[in-house]
Amino acid sequence: MNKPVVIIGAGPAGLSAAIELKRRGIDKVIVVEREAESGGIPRHSHHQGFGIRDLHRTLTGPRYAERLTADALKAGVTLHLSATADLDPQQLVVSITSASGIEHHDAAAVLITTGARERPRPARLVAGDRPAGVFTTGQLQQWVAAGRPIGSRALVVGAEHVSYSAVLSLRHAGVKVVALATELSRPQSLTGVAPFVHQVLRVPTWVNTRVTGINGHSRVASVMLEDTKSSKQRQLDVDTIVFSADWIPDHELARRSSVAIDPASLGPASDYFGRTNRPGIYAAGNVLHPVETADRCALNARRIATAIASDLGLGRDSGLSLGVEVEAPIAWVWPNRIIVSRPTETLLRLSQFSEAKFVTASQGGQRIGEAKLRHGIPGQHLKLSTSLLRDIDPNRGVVRFALDA
Amino acid sequence: MAEQFDVIIVGAGVVGCAIARELSRSELSICVLEQSSDVGNATSKANTAILHTGFDCVPGSLESTLVSRGYERLLAYSEHCGIAVEKTGAILVAWDEDQRAELPALQEKAIANGYHHTRILESSEIYEREPHLGPGVLGGLEVPDESIIDPWSPIVAFATQAKHAGVTFAFNSSVVSVTTQDGRHLVTTSQGKYSSTWLINAAGLFSDSINDYCGHDEFTITPRRGELIVFDKLARSLLSSIILPVPTATTKGVLVSPTAFGNVLLGPTADDIEDKNATATTHDGITRLIEAGRRIMPELIDEEVTATYAGLRAASQHRDYQIHLHADQRYICVGGIRSTGLTASMAIGDHVATLLEEAGVTLSANPRFREDLTMPPLGESQCRPYQDPSKIAADPAYGQVLCHCEHVSAGEIRDAARAVMPATTQEGLRRRTRAMNGRCQGFYCSAQVLECFEVSSDE
Repeated sequence: MNKPVVIIGAGPAGLSAAIELKRRGIDKVIVVEREAESGGIPRHSHHQGFGIRDLHRTLTGPRYAERLTADALKAGVTLHLSATADLDPQQLVVSITSASGIEHHDAAAVLITTGARERPRPARLVAGDRPAGVFTTGQLQQWVAAGRPIGSRALVVGAEHVSYSAVLSLRHAGVKVVALATELSRPQSLTGVAPFVHQVLRVPTWVNTRVTGINGHSRVASVMLEDTKSSKQRQLDVDTIVFSADWIPDHELARRSSVAIDPASLGPASDYFGRTNRPGIYAAGNVLHPVETADRCALNARRIATAIASDLGLGRDSGLSLGVEVEAPIAWVWPNRIIVSRPTETLLRLSQFSEAKFVTASQGGQRIGEAKLRHGIPGQHLKLSTSLLRDIDPNRGVVRFALDA
Repeated sequence: MAEQFDVIIVGAGVVGCAIARELSRSELSICVLEQSSDVGNATSKANTAILHTGFDCVPGSLESTLVSRGYERLLAYSEHCGIAVEKTGAILVAWDEDQRAELPALQEKAIANGYHHTRILESSEIYEREPHLGPGVLGGLEVPDESIIDPWSPIVAFATQAKHAGVTFAFNSSVVSVTTQDGRHLVTTSQGKYSSTWLINAAGLFSDSINDYCGHDEFTITPRRGELIVFDKLARSLLSSIILPVPTATTKGVLVSPTAFGNVLLGPTADDIEDKNATATTHDGITRLIEAGRRIMPELIDEEVTATYAGLRAASQHRDYQIHLHADQRYICVGGIRSTGLTASMAIGDHVATLLEEAGVTLSANPRFREDLTMPPLGESQCRPYQDPSKIAADPAYGQVLCHCEHVSAGEIRDAARAVMPATTQEGLRRRTRAMNGRCQGFYCSAQVLECFEVSSDE
């Protein structure tokens, strides 16, 4: 069998899957990356803490990205950089456009690891002028890496892990950070760099605060802030605003090639092994559900690579799988296609703070299991035990997830 | 000492550039004065990007004549230069009985405007063609020739041909005063003085001020703000035609339209305001659009928003264009050009040339004028450089995609930086290439795109 497995996206998920596929004896593994460097988002996060769960050591983001790239190359993975991939909507054909022309690859399997992006300002419908000085964290970090000037006084919107990362990048670029602002009633990140930002750098987090407008003709001059409790407006003079978090999967390639999308996560609908509705097309990492840390994406992608290797060897497992529905404040669950013969752990994300103690699963109004909710913080990882799907019934259809006090 | 020209045109919007292009066919020395740093940088950059048939103009008006002539002219020109136009057709959709009752009158009006191809549609036929429309459509009027167009390339194309033919463009030159000296116009700008035999006022939002400097007061411009929302390309498959509102005495409504760049546009609002620089979007305006959009096409609102923007229409108190020849003064005012300016632009250029001839100006052919021009293909329906193997083989920079959302290659960014009418700002680059205009708004690419742009500009 000489058809390659083609992986689209060379972030932590794509590279980890590629390494695993080679380890499992897949002959040809091609990874396509649109940027000039592989490694994905960690390349621009200079703090420590990458690689803990997958490589069992702690590295900075750039070191982690280099390490995964080196391992992939050593394993014999073919890496196409500065290349644009497209996937045929019917066949397993990937076209790769780069400076050397347009190539078409007939693939044995395709793995989509295109990751996630932060919603930029327009997608958040923030009104006002459209001056320079408005960033997302990702954009900010690329600008800092390229040595481009940023500004002098900044507000960071959001209070998740990535928001604190934005604060560090701003400080690194010599920008004073006035505050972090979140619409929620509490900050969402309590570990990692958050205490450092609060206590050492003395950057406050303003809760119940929404950005309602941006003023400034060529450059940001001020932002309008609303207290979501009192609806009071005030003006804050800053020349830089960073919109952090509010992630959306980069699912465009998946959607364009007729891969079904889960309406809650907006990632490709898939089972525990990353299988989508299109035979031979898999998805892994942050495109599935925004967002997990890089090491968790890497582990998820390794598992899915193992499944690809075994599906290619044994034929695809076509066991029955059921769809899911979620009730607010659950943002999404994953897997969102549940393999009935083999229920697994469930990942879950909340959209708001919650005091609930349990998550319940039901089918046709009848409870099939529950699991303990370890915390009620919206932006953070939550994993639920298989007891949640204890009594799943192949004949009762969609599984509905809800919180229970 | 002021620089001397035969003709000064104030304003490098789509109208000013179309006039400059038309007049540059003749042996005249021409200068275009523009207060901003680029062509098409005010009203012209923020419209609904529709090539209008003029079916709903005021019959018998100058606007009606120039829009229907301009439609044919710009359609042919776009084909000639490779500017994207898609003849999607439009459907005016009636959502209530009042609106449905207006349809026959609108059809009559189209005929009075010389447009004979409209057709009244039953709701069943509309849903067949546009299955994603929200519930409650009662009927509609089809206008099969309404088209969508790349709204930015025509302006750059006009200016490119004009500049080739010898027209001077003076940017960042805001007109401070217009006086008469030795029988010539003396125009003082923020950058210097210019003198000319003829003065043409195409100053858009500020055309009333220039008109005032020249001693006339036929009209006043009240900016009418139009806010628009651009939806993600993944929404493009939701519709095939332009969905227009039926105007009634009480409401104007908003449209939903595909764009030549493969997105979907929702808008515009129409709010009369005072500040001619107030191009900020408003929370209220965006909320109103989302509400209206939810009724017209509910699934559209579930898609991601790529951009929001606001444009100011240069509306006067009159219902027609304010084009006036003051032959004794050797002054032509081209004001009050509202939303139809892009469509009418080339016909306005022709009209101004005719007025000059009527006033006794000899227009002899300028050998430097070149008809031939090929613009970069920006349309989603066109073959973009990254899709063209022969283009990539000839120049690998066209295969090196830097802006991934809009598929813009390093080659196109380099070309825009080195063009006859080059991009000199980020915004100018966006309009000439689409770079950073996509769903991620530069999340991934802005650092690289701007580096490539700056390096190309410096070389």
